[in-house]
Amino acid sequence: MKKNISIVAVVTLASLFIMPLEASAKEMTGKELAFDRKLGNCLACHSVSDGGQPGNIGPPLIAMKARFPDKAVLRAQIWDATVKNSKSLMPPFGKHKVLTENQIDKVTDFIHSL
Amino acid sequence: MKKIITTVAVATLLSSTAVFSIQQSSVVQADIDAFQSHFKKRFPKLSLNDFSKGPYAMNEDKMSQFEAVMEMPPFEDHVDKGGELWKTAFKNGKTYSSCFSGDDKTIRTQYPLWNAAKGKVIGLEQALLDCRVKNGEKKIGSGKGKLAWISAYLTTIAEGQTINVIVPEGDKKALAAYNEGKKFFYAKRGQLNLSCADCHVTNPGQRIRGNTLSPALGQVTHFPVWRGKWAKKKGDGFGTIQRRYGGCNKQVRAQPFKRQKDVYNNLEYFHTIMSNGMEISGTEYRE
Ligand code: HEC
Ligand code: HEC
Repeated sequence: MKKNISIVAVVTLASLFIMPLEASAKEMTGKELAFDRKLGNCLACHSVSDGGQPGNIGPPLIAMKARFPDKAVLRAQIWDATVKNSKSLMPPFGKHKVLTENQIDKVTDFIHSL
Repeated sequence: MKKIITTVAVATLLSSTAVFSIQQSSVVQADIDAFQSHFKKRFPKLSLNDFSKGPYAMNEDKMSQFEAVMEMPPFEDHVDKGGELWKTAFKNGKTYSSCFSGDDKTIRTQYPLWNAAKGKVIGLEQALLDCRVKNGEKKIGSGKGKLAWISAYLTTIAEGQTINVIVPEGDKKALAAYNEGKKFFYAKRGQLNLSCADCHVTNPGQRIRGNTLSPALGQVTHFPVWRGKWAKKKGDGFGTIQRRYGGCNKQVRAQPFKRQKDVYNNLEYFHTIMSNGMEISGTEYRE
């Protein structure tokens, strides 16, 4: 019995450290992905509502539904901006695997909501 | 009388061309003119030498922060140490100075230098290393530390001297090295797919997150720089321009190249030549 308890304790302890990390990685919102310096880092170049210290290399990301009525067009811009403008400064987030397909979906949803 | 006048005129002409184009390749001169006029057009209020202040020239607040730091430069002790090293004799009794020709003050203005015998570009740090080896001393690291201090000393005493790096007319290998550097400068690289020019030619003065981007023109006038960021790491704050190249490559998630090898030497060659005619501004502080 004593042995069983300690095994349970170890499992719980281990999961304490592993689970929250995994969960938070899985649950990053589109906004978190867009703002994270190691992931989207959109703020490096664009001002986005609620984002501190934005750069101004790209246009402000506002009124996105008006400018991108078709969400797929917005997604394509994020996936590989060089299709539309071969000299674009915007990193090809999908093509160069900076973000996963799933992360791009989430970022697209977030940006489209702006 | 007429004859004398024409002779004088010819002599003047000859001497002026000799001063302005010591056989600089005309293709290269056309690149320099186009490069510099891009920045002059974009920032009509700045004089040529103003561009050496990089991000600080683009922003008044930043400039006053910079000026405040430069009142009491954090790097003076290290420049002095560099000067001592420069003057200290090797075991064989010779000094660094014996490896260079001309006035110590003008050494910085000629590097990186095309070495026709070796068929490659030699940066100032490499020349210092070669000098050590030639005199029986061991090699030392080239991105920071002692070598950067010596180089910083040479940059300090060169203040006010004009940068004059030449691609010798008719030297195909030199021109090829220059063109390699130019290609590198304009090529997109790294996972983030950005070229040097994307940030420092297309967007000087713009902000990337909190950082104001410097113009590529004048980026070479004050290296090695003392960076606040580097000063927080191991060692001191000094780093050579090739250390900075490595940082800018990593920033776009590209593999940095080895220092003092052809890739960065050729880049430094092109990059420096684009600032020909500017004054060395001495060693400076950067964030
Ligand atoms: C290194 C700079 C940079 C980064 C980082 C960047 N962009 Fe861009 N972005 C640009 C530039 C420059 C443009 C202007 C159009 C072009 O050149 O493609 C642009 C255009 C856009 C557009 C089109 C806007 C319009 O009105 O046409 C969208 C949408 C966009 N970016 C979204 C994003 C998102 C989302 C991220 C982060 C996941 C991001 N960008 C990161 C530089 C950047
Ligand atoms: C993603 C943008 C970006 C790219 C691409 C980039 N840099 Fe930079 N670079 C910066 C930023 C930001 C700084 C710090 C602020 C400044 O001085 O511009 C900087 C600083 C520098 C400096 C220091 C200037 C000084 O006065 O201290 C040099 C030199 C430099 N870059 C050269 C290069 C070269 C050469 C390349 C290409 C190999 C390159 N950069 C690519 C963003 C970039």
